[in-house]
This record gives sequence, C-alpha cells and structure tokens, in this order.
Amino acid sequence: MIAIVDYGVGNVASVANACKQLGYETILTDKKEEFEQATHIILPGVGSFRAAMEEINKRDLRELLLDLAARKPFIGICVGMQLLFEKGFEHGETEGLGLIPGTVDKIETKHLLPHIGWNALEVSESFPTYTEQNGKHVYFVHSYQANTPNEYIVASTEYGTQIPAIVQNGNICGIQFHPEKSEKVGQLLLQSVFESSQKAYSKEESI
Amino acid sequence: MIAKRIIPCLDVKDGTVVKGTNFVSLRELGDPVAMAAAYSKSGADEIVFLDISATHEGRATMMDIVRQTALHVFVPFTVGGGVRTIEDMKTMLQAGADKVAVNSAAVVDPELITKGAEKFGSQCIVVAIDAKRFDDGWHVVTHGGRKDTGIDAIEWAKEAEARGAGEILLTSMDADGVKTGYDLPLTKAIVEEVRIPVIASGGCGSPEHITEVFQETDVSAALAASIFHDNTFSIEEVKQSCQQEGVRIREA
Repeated sequence: MIAIVDYGVGNVASVANACKQLGYETILTDKKEEFEQATHIILPGVGSFRAAMEEINKRDLRELLLDLAARKPFIGICVGMQLLFEKGFEHGETEGLGLIPGTVDKIETKHLLPHIGWNALEVSESFPTYTEQNGKHVYFVHSYQANTPNEYIVASTEYGTQIPAIVQNGNICGIQFHPEKSEKVGQLLLQSVFESSQKAYSKEESI
Repeated sequence: MIAKRIIPCLDVKDGTVVKGTNFVSLRELGDPVAMAAAYSKSGADEIVFLDISATHEGRATMMDIVRQTALHVFVPFTVGGGVRTIEDMKTMLQAGADKVAVNSAAVVDPELITKGAEKFGSQCIVVAIDAKRFDDGWHVVTHGGRKDTGIDAIEWAKEAEARGAGEILLTSMDADGVKTGYDLPLTKAIVEEVRIPVIASGGCGSPEHITEVFQETDVSAALAASIFHDNTFSIEEVKQSCQQEGVRIREA
C-alpha cells in the first residue's frame, strides 16, 4: 500500500488513480500508524513552495515526514518534489525538508512561463534503469525548478535551461512533472521510481 | 524543447458530444468519457470539454463526466462553458479537471480571472476569447458570436495575462466551422502581444491546417474538433504530418 500525505493540498485523486492503475492500493493520510503500514510514501503538492511548506508545518508533519524519509521509499511529486530540497524561493525564502541538497528557484529562460506542456526527458547515464525513457515526453506545469548537483539528477528536460525532471538521493525520489497526466510513459516512470526508491532502501537496510 | 500540443475539443450538451458548424445546427456524436479516453490513448496531448448545456441538469451531468474522465484519461483536460463563478471553478477542479476555461463571464467580470488565479493558481485558469474581425481590428464577441462587446481582442488578451491567466484559448469566429484553416493574422497578432501560451482554435479542416498554424505563428497548441470526430483524420495522421514538416510534437 502507498500512503499519500494528506496536508490539504487540493486534488490528489489523479495521483491515487495512477497508483491504482499500476496495481497499488493507496491511502490518503496524515497519521503515523497508517504511514507505518505503507510500502511507499508519496508527498504530493500544488500551489507555491511556501504555502505547501506552511501547511506541513502547521499540521506538525515535518518531523514525522523526515522520520519516514529515513526509513521508507519517499517520493515527492511536482511541488512535493520541490519540498525535498533545502530551500525554496517562491514568495520569499522558505526552508524545505532538506532531504536532497539544493534549492528551488524561478526558472530562468527566454521561453514562456509557466513551463506548460510536454517536454522530452534526457536521462543521465548514471541511472541506466531509466535509459528506455530517454527522449520520451512528459507533462510539465511549473515556474520554479530545482537546482541541485548533477549526481542527484536522474533525468532533466531542456527549456532554454536544463530543468531537473526526476531526482534521486537513495530512497528519496522526486518527480517534477505530472506522471499521472503523462499517459503510458508517466505510468512506466512512476513504476520505475517506486522500484528504484525501494531498491535503494533495501540496499541501505542490508548494509 | 517543449512539444507543440494537439488538442481535440469535445462540445458536450446534456451529457452527449455534439459539434456545431458556426455554433448552430448541433449534431450528436457520442459518449464524452469514451471519446476522451480514446483520444488520450491515440496521442492527444490534452482534451478540452466545452459544456454547452443550457440547463441546470445538463451542468450537473457535466460534473459527473469530469469525475469519470479523471479516472479514465491520463492526459490533462480542461472544462469550459458554463464556468461563471469561483464556485463553478472550484466544483470542476475538485471533480478532477486540470484547468477551467472562462469566457463571457470573465468579459462581464474580469475579476473572475484575478480571483481564480489567486485561489487556484494561474496554471488552472484558461481565458477563452472568441474574436471576430471588424473594420477597426478584432473584437471580443459573446453569445456564440452574435454579440459584439466592442472590446479589442488584443487588449483583452493582454489584460487576461496581467490578471493571471495561465493560457489563452483563442477562437476565431470568422474561421470557426468553415474548415479553411486557422485565422493566421488573428493568431499571430495575439501571440505576439502576450507571454503566456496561446491555443489556436477555429477553422481546422485538415492536418495541413495544423502544421500551417505551427509554422506561421508561435502558437503553443492547436485545437480541433470536427476533423477528429468525423474520423476524417486521426490524431496520429495529424502528428505524422507535423513531423514530416519539422514541427516538434510528442510521439505517443
């Protein structure tokens, strides 16, 4: 079962539906005992970095999320991915969860913002399990992007600047685009992320 | 680099897909959820539903369609028509729509754009503009093109952007239903004046019209209805034609 973090961030039905299509049960929750039952934790997110982080802090979820991220495959999607980083600069500087080194800043590009639409993935050679998805298009909607060292970037996309699309730090994964809105490719990638975050976790556990 | 989007539009009346020529003489086509799912599978980059129901029951049916679509369609979809208040926006977004399109209600009360963008984010708010050529330029028209508001379409597009619209869905009422191609001068004029994505609509009768609007203007997406519904052409054929002409599209 996959636990989707409930912190009042709008519609998560489509993320839950995408998990269901892959054969996973989901539960929307903010309760520790329910998270404990889950194989994976998904941190969804819409709106601004600051507003999302404020909701997490207001609900006293920060420590719980950090604790879970130390023990379980932990996946952030869209703004949820951005929250994995140390700091965000949307509507002022806000401290993030700090699970992956880096910051979240406004996209600097000559192209239109928001970055809306289908853009192609460039998969890093360091992450061979994703190679098959190289060049595939996925659906993005955002104006801010992660800035993080290359070693954490699984795949990026080109929009007048390089934008991290999938990031990973061990069992912590982040997806900037909307896998639940990216047809078949999105589902395959979601599945890959579930597997690679799990694998990283099992590896750490066995050490 | 980002792909140009091909968007089939489904006009829905009381739960059934219909499409009119110049917005009159409606003809029934079929089940909206099944059609949207089929388009999504065959490579549509996005789906737009335009609710043209006039009745309360018709609108309630639309909400149900949106809910079902969210379960069966894995590309983004927009709902327009009958979106008149913040409450309407909330209803459709909560039912699972990714974006809502506002048209005449925003002309009457432009604050609707501002408030919608503040509350739900610009990425959810599409401003639909129906434009018609007059001696002094393009005017915004409403009521299916019958009413001239006297508002300059370019100025209105700029205002929509300034108020927080995330995209503009631009329909040429001169070209709509005529199938002789998109209104290139109008599309060009609007695209050059705003810094948000514009979706061209009205006039598509063949895949060549879609490649043409992408080659001749910097529009982000092309919307079409009848060429897909009548099975005259498939999404695949349109995308093939784009690729042959060097237009960057998403391969499904």
